[in-house]
Amino acid sequence: MDSVAHRLSAVGASAALELRGVTRLFGALAALTDVTITVRPGERRAVLGSNGAGKTTLFNCITGDFPPSSGTIRFFGEDITQFPPYERIRRGLRRTYQISALFPGLTVQDNVYLACRGVSRGRFSFLRPGQNDALMHATETLVQAVHLAGVKDRRVAELAHGQQRQLEIALALAGAPRFILFDEPAAGLSPTERRELIEILTSLPAHIGYIIIEHDMDVALRVVESVTMMHNGRIFKEGLPREIESDPEVQELYLGGGHE
Amino acid sequence: MSLLQSTQFRPDPSTSTTRRALLRAWPEFQNPAAWLVALILVIMPLIANGFFLIEIFATTLILGVIALSLMFLAGYGGMVSLMQLTIAGFAGYMVAVFGVSGNANISLGWPWWLATPMALALATLFGTLGGALAVRTEGIYTIMITLAIGAAFYYFTNQNWAIFNGHTGINTVATPHFWGVDWRTDIAFYYVTLGVAAICYFAVQYVSRAPFGLALQGVRDNPRRMAALGFNPNAHRIAAYAFAAFIAALGGVLQVWNYRQISPGSVSVGACIDVLIIAVVGGITRPIGPFIGALIFVLLRTFALDVLIKLGLDGNRFRLLIGLGFLAIVFWSSDGVIGLWERWRRRNASSTQRSGGGRHG
Repeated sequence: MDSVAHRLSAVGASAALELRGVTRLFGALAALTDVTITVRPGERRAVLGSNGAGKTTLFNCITGDFPPSSGTIRFFGEDITQFPPYERIRRGLRRTYQISALFPGLTVQDNVYLACRGVSRGRFSFLRPGQNDALMHATETLVQAVHLAGVKDRRVAELAHGQQRQLEIALALAGAPRFILFDEPAAGLSPTERRELIEILTSLPAHIGYIIIEHDMDVALRVVESVTMMHNGRIFKEGLPREIESDPEVQELYLGGGHE
Repeated sequence: MSLLQSTQFRPDPSTSTTRRALLRAWPEFQNPAAWLVALILVIMPLIANGFFLIEIFATTLILGVIALSLMFLAGYGGMVSLMQLTIAGFAGYMVAVFGVSGNANISLGWPWWLATPMALALATLFGTLGGALAVRTEGIYTIMITLAIGAAFYYFTNQNWAIFNGHTGINTVATPHFWGVDWRTDIAFYYVTLGVAAICYFAVQYVSRAPFGLALQGVRDNPRRMAALGFNPNAHRIAAYAFAAFIAALGGVLQVWNYRQISPGSVSVGACIDVLIIAVVGGITRPIGPFIGALIFVLLRTFALDVLIKLGLDGNRFRLLIGLGFLAIVFWSSDGVIGLWERWRRRNASSTQRSGGGRHG
């Protein structure tokens, strides 16, 4: 990297998330091609696109679940391209999974406690938390914030689908998140549960930005200020929610395409 | 269904939070059967003679401790390690090498209070290094790597004369003697093994609910998700191997004190697999399982011979019995004897509930 480009990227240090030329190949298949995105701190953005557009692959590259084949990823100015996932999470990045990735054998409380512990010290502690443990309080607060206080001692395997989705969000809110990636948080939720989800998303502190992948336009466009359209692994269009909604090309490609 | 509906499940207000937390943390404290077993174990020397005390109960406790280390790895970490007995045997060898034994040309003659910590430390290191190799793989490959380590160690002890004294092994290993007590006399040694086994049992139980143990169970269930929560899954796995190695090493030190000798036969591949059988037969989801499995194993090993001969069969077929029992248990219960026991209790409970009506669980 030449020094001019280096200084330019240092100027961009104010971006929460900055992807440059990110490409991800699976064998000969390019799941992502030359994706460049800049997201401001506190910005809330939707990523739209049909199945196979590369949305989840984009998330996996950002969190490091699998690294990009080429390109760089910066998180609050720091180059995290080569970091393992846990190092990215410890820096304030969070994500939820499209298919709930929870610990079914553990209780709701233990799940949330693990999430709180993962981004703090004492991950290897051999001492059980006491009654006044700060992380236990954080856990309680978080469990209440996602309306799961009544089932906190139940094993996750016994929870209803909607409750598991709520828990998935609680895990992403643990600690001090700076930026969250929500992968279809509304999938399989009832209308009531969707309203609660929108309430949770819109009531997040203003400094926490997020990217949300969502097929449900009612949810997606109500909780974001900008939209990125993806198609075949490339950025297709970026803009404000109403611009995207009324864009004829987008309508043809996605909204009018008989999708849901 | 609304998400808010679920908040209507309220905990029983009659139990205070502290009490509930205590019971959740130490479930055996509310179980009268556990108290009874503990009492019987403590007064055992009044009931049992020297043979039962050592050959049955001390041996069970020692094998139970070694199998407990496998239970910790397999049950909480999802890692089946076949080298736990090898680690125990390594610790036993180190006690013999650093301490006092009949082979004066090999043993360094350190006092027991120096040789034992040394043996524990080296065996823990050995287990941690083996674990660091094994965590690079998963499932069947973990089993293969740990089995390879076990087999390699067995053949190494057979062929190395400078430290391990080849196939004859090291004999007449000295046992601790202090405060005017010979700790290898039957009753004293029984209490030593009981104490160590109890400490290991409660340590595993405690750690399983501590952040480290919870995280380990998280790594077992979904390592990718754990990484997405800020945990380093492999670091946790290696730490689990270290902890399990220490427990196995304690069992190994007790074992060498028990037999007062150690030879390659003690660390054979067959013995490594016995530990797996003990853990699986007892049940690998809870720390009590390995001890139940060890008791069954020791009872069969000790008495199957007589029973078989009475039936007119070859007494050496006791392994056949163990094998058949193993097959039966794996076939009918994925959670060993505890699993069978719990299913039986649940069925009883549900039938009394049906007949009795409003019994509270």
